[in-house]
Amino acid sequence: MNKKKSILESNVFYTLIAILAGFVIGAVFLMIAGISPAVAYGKLVNSIFGKPKYLVWTLIYASPLIFTGLSVAFSFRTGVFNIGAEGQFVVGTLAACVLGILVDLPVWLHVPLCVLAAAAAGAVWSLVVGILKVKRGIHEVLSFIMFNWIAFYLSNYVVNLKIIHKEGGGEATKDVLDSARLLFPEGIRKMLGCNAANWGFILAVLAAVLIYVVIEKTTLGYKLKAVGFNSNGALYAGINADGSVLTALGISGALAGLGGAVQLLGMSGRVSQFAGQEGFGFEGITVALIGSSSPIGCIFSGIFYGAMKYGGSKLSMVKAPSEVVDIIMGCVILFIAISQVFRILFSRFGKKEGK
Amino acid sequence: MGKVSHMDESKVVIQMKDIVKKFGDFTANDHINLTVHKGEVHAILGENGAGKSTMMNVLCGLYKPTSGEILINGKEVQFSSPKDAIDIGIGMVHQHFMLIQPFTVADNIILGVEPVKGLVIDHRAAREKVQELSERYGMKVDPDAKVEDISVGMQQRVEILKVLYRGADTLILDEPTASLTPQEIEGLMEIIENLTADGKSVILITHKLKEITACADCCTIIRQGKYIQTVKVDEVNENDLAAMMVGRDVNFKVEKKEMEPGERVLEVKGIHAKDYREVEILKGLNLTVRQGEIVGLAGVDGNGQTELVEVLTGLRKAEAGEVRVLGKDVFNKSPRETFASGISSIPADRQKHGLILEFSNEDNLILQHFEEEPYSQKGFLNRKAIRAHATELMEKFDVRPRGSEGAPAGTLSGGNQQKVIIAREVSNDKELLIAVNPTRGLDVGAIEFVHKYLVEQRNKNRAVLLVSFELDEIMSLSDRIEVIFDGQITGSVAGKDADEKELGFMMAGGRQHE
Repeated sequence: MNKKKSILESNVFYTLIAILAGFVIGAVFLMIAGISPAVAYGKLVNSIFGKPKYLVWTLIYASPLIFTGLSVAFSFRTGVFNIGAEGQFVVGTLAACVLGILVDLPVWLHVPLCVLAAAAAGAVWSLVVGILKVKRGIHEVLSFIMFNWIAFYLSNYVVNLKIIHKEGGGEATKDVLDSARLLFPEGIRKMLGCNAANWGFILAVLAAVLIYVVIEKTTLGYKLKAVGFNSNGALYAGINADGSVLTALGISGALAGLGGAVQLLGMSGRVSQFAGQEGFGFEGITVALIGSSSPIGCIFSGIFYGAMKYGGSKLSMVKAPSEVVDIIMGCVILFIAISQVFRILFSRFGKKEGK
Repeated sequence: MGKVSHMDESKVVIQMKDIVKKFGDFTANDHINLTVHKGEVHAILGENGAGKSTMMNVLCGLYKPTSGEILINGKEVQFSSPKDAIDIGIGMVHQHFMLIQPFTVADNIILGVEPVKGLVIDHRAAREKVQELSERYGMKVDPDAKVEDISVGMQQRVEILKVLYRGADTLILDEPTASLTPQEIEGLMEIIENLTADGKSVILITHKLKEITACADCCTIIRQGKYIQTVKVDEVNENDLAAMMVGRDVNFKVEKKEMEPGERVLEVKGIHAKDYREVEILKGLNLTVRQGEIVGLAGVDGNGQTELVEVLTGLRKAEAGEVRVLGKDVFNKSPRETFASGISSIPADRQKHGLILEFSNEDNLILQHFEEEPYSQKGFLNRKAIRAHATELMEKFDVRPRGSEGAPAGTLSGGNQQKVIIAREVSNDKELLIAVNPTRGLDVGAIEFVHKYLVEQRNKNRAVLLVSFELDEIMSLSDRIEVIFDGQITGSVAGKDADEKELGFMMAGGRQHE
């Protein structure tokens, strides 16, 4: 009885139900579009699990999402809402890209330099918003959204600088130097059958564990959570609320910036001119929500989202629109948001059974 | 105060029959019965955590009973939300205010039933209606003030107005007088009288036996979730009620040994400070508290008590003056610095300032000490030490339920939340303990207990500053009573010579007879 209860009360259980419901609704839309859900979902599953190298690709897609998911989850846990992970991701990418192209250093220096610069850029981008909040009382959501666009246009400006821009036209920067890449050694990449296999996922898991420890085990996490939950109470107890908000936003921004570095140095190798926002930061919100704002949860929800993104990209092969994935993910979030309804239904059902 | 009963025994308006409410394996209400007549004032009496609030939440539609039935005017009803209950005329004023902090008083009152003009809220009509109501019942509120800026007392009045505004026939008042001054309580009694004269019924949840005997017709007693009995108030006295509630005889008298006050711990000189409206509220206040004495600060809410405590604890910057703790300057220092200098405090608003409700009880108990050993080492929390600390304090201070160290503080009943704060602040054992309305919303058993700890601090030669709207509490605990009026101390009497009438006179602005 007790065990059953704990399942019925656990977030994981409701998340799985929400995911299932998302797929059901996605199937309805596929049928409306005249595509067999069995074929489309079959393709989706096959393109994720069909070959070992597909799984590697899934993890490559997941890595930046885990980082932005962590960024948003960390902000949720500390009482701020980092809707600006998008912008922090972009400036992180940009910082890593510029240093990856312009600086020539040995690998063991170049990679850490680019990665740390990305984290710093994300942190600074977030901290400016934090300072506006603390000193001027401007709500962070507002400034974050504006900072997302500032980052967007800043990136497009930098991409077109002559010293950065790819020679001979195109709409992207030069490739970053090999010494700055986060790729696995060539032998391993060959073995995995994936040329873009990189350290990103391992870094993401390490970051998730680190953030988990910070939130749950340290005095820093205690302080940030206290301020996040009740800043009046924290202040009364002598905790510096403004300092905590800035720390939380700085860490959150750094995580999003790291996501940018992983995407650039691991996978893309260059920054293209944007036509629209890429959405890694916004997808991070989804990842955080599916992961119940838990750092460890973000690893799994990041992999899930990565798999859906990667698998979805191949749906066009069976003439199914890849947007189905967006519908599914949107529905999952919706169902997680209303999971309280499921909770009540199940607890009632359970009670009747108990009688 | 003469009691006039308007109870019409021929008309039953509310009947709760065999109500059972379970939360998981825990039974909060175990076959509770209640019958309320038209025009009746019906008191519900029980200790903290006895299940009074659960029972009323069932009646006002917040909880669904596990079993049992509710009859309104003889017809069985089932509420699926508080809206259903209010539609049928049952409105509840909660002990913990359910107000939206950044909204104005008027907006809070009309929330959900806003008068509209086309598609927009008719703010003028709202204001007028609110003002009319507040005047009719003699409840002074500022319709344009934001709730976050107004005193606890005024917030209570807003809550009562909210229910009246919705046209409730039966009002459930959960600890309505907990934060009101003696004058305001008399005003409330008049309101209750007006309401019942008008044929409305009032269910009064209170721990104050005096109020029950003063205004209730009947009283239902519950203990540990179980229905004990319903009595006619005219046929019992306060001691009977107290004994029925706790199941044993209660000692109302505070035992205090004679002590000679020692060194000056707190010295406050010429404090000037402004309130949230930027109006000067402290006008050159002087105050001294010495070792081994409890100084009671008596006064009507809104005369500067709140602001004085905020200045002393570092939450508010004063314009001018001097504050010293054992000679050390703590004027306009941060909360952290004032705490380090030897001031700990039991805040007036336990949910806003006293606790992080989402944090577990054990985490709340180390709120000022989480960066110290043994609770943390090198930035890492030591869960074992934190748990051990919590277990010890919760045992000593009788925080119920037992074994709830890891449960969020928000899940405790109001009285037990207060015990958590008291456990923390008393065990801080600072030179000066400031206690603001420390027994607000507590039952007699818990009050006895809190008073015991305040006296114990004094007996340990610590200084205690007691700020309370309960004149009885001030008079029974204080070695010296200082009266605050209009931002200044206007009178000072020794605790043992205090006379309620004279204090009331001074609290209303009268000068002390020399």
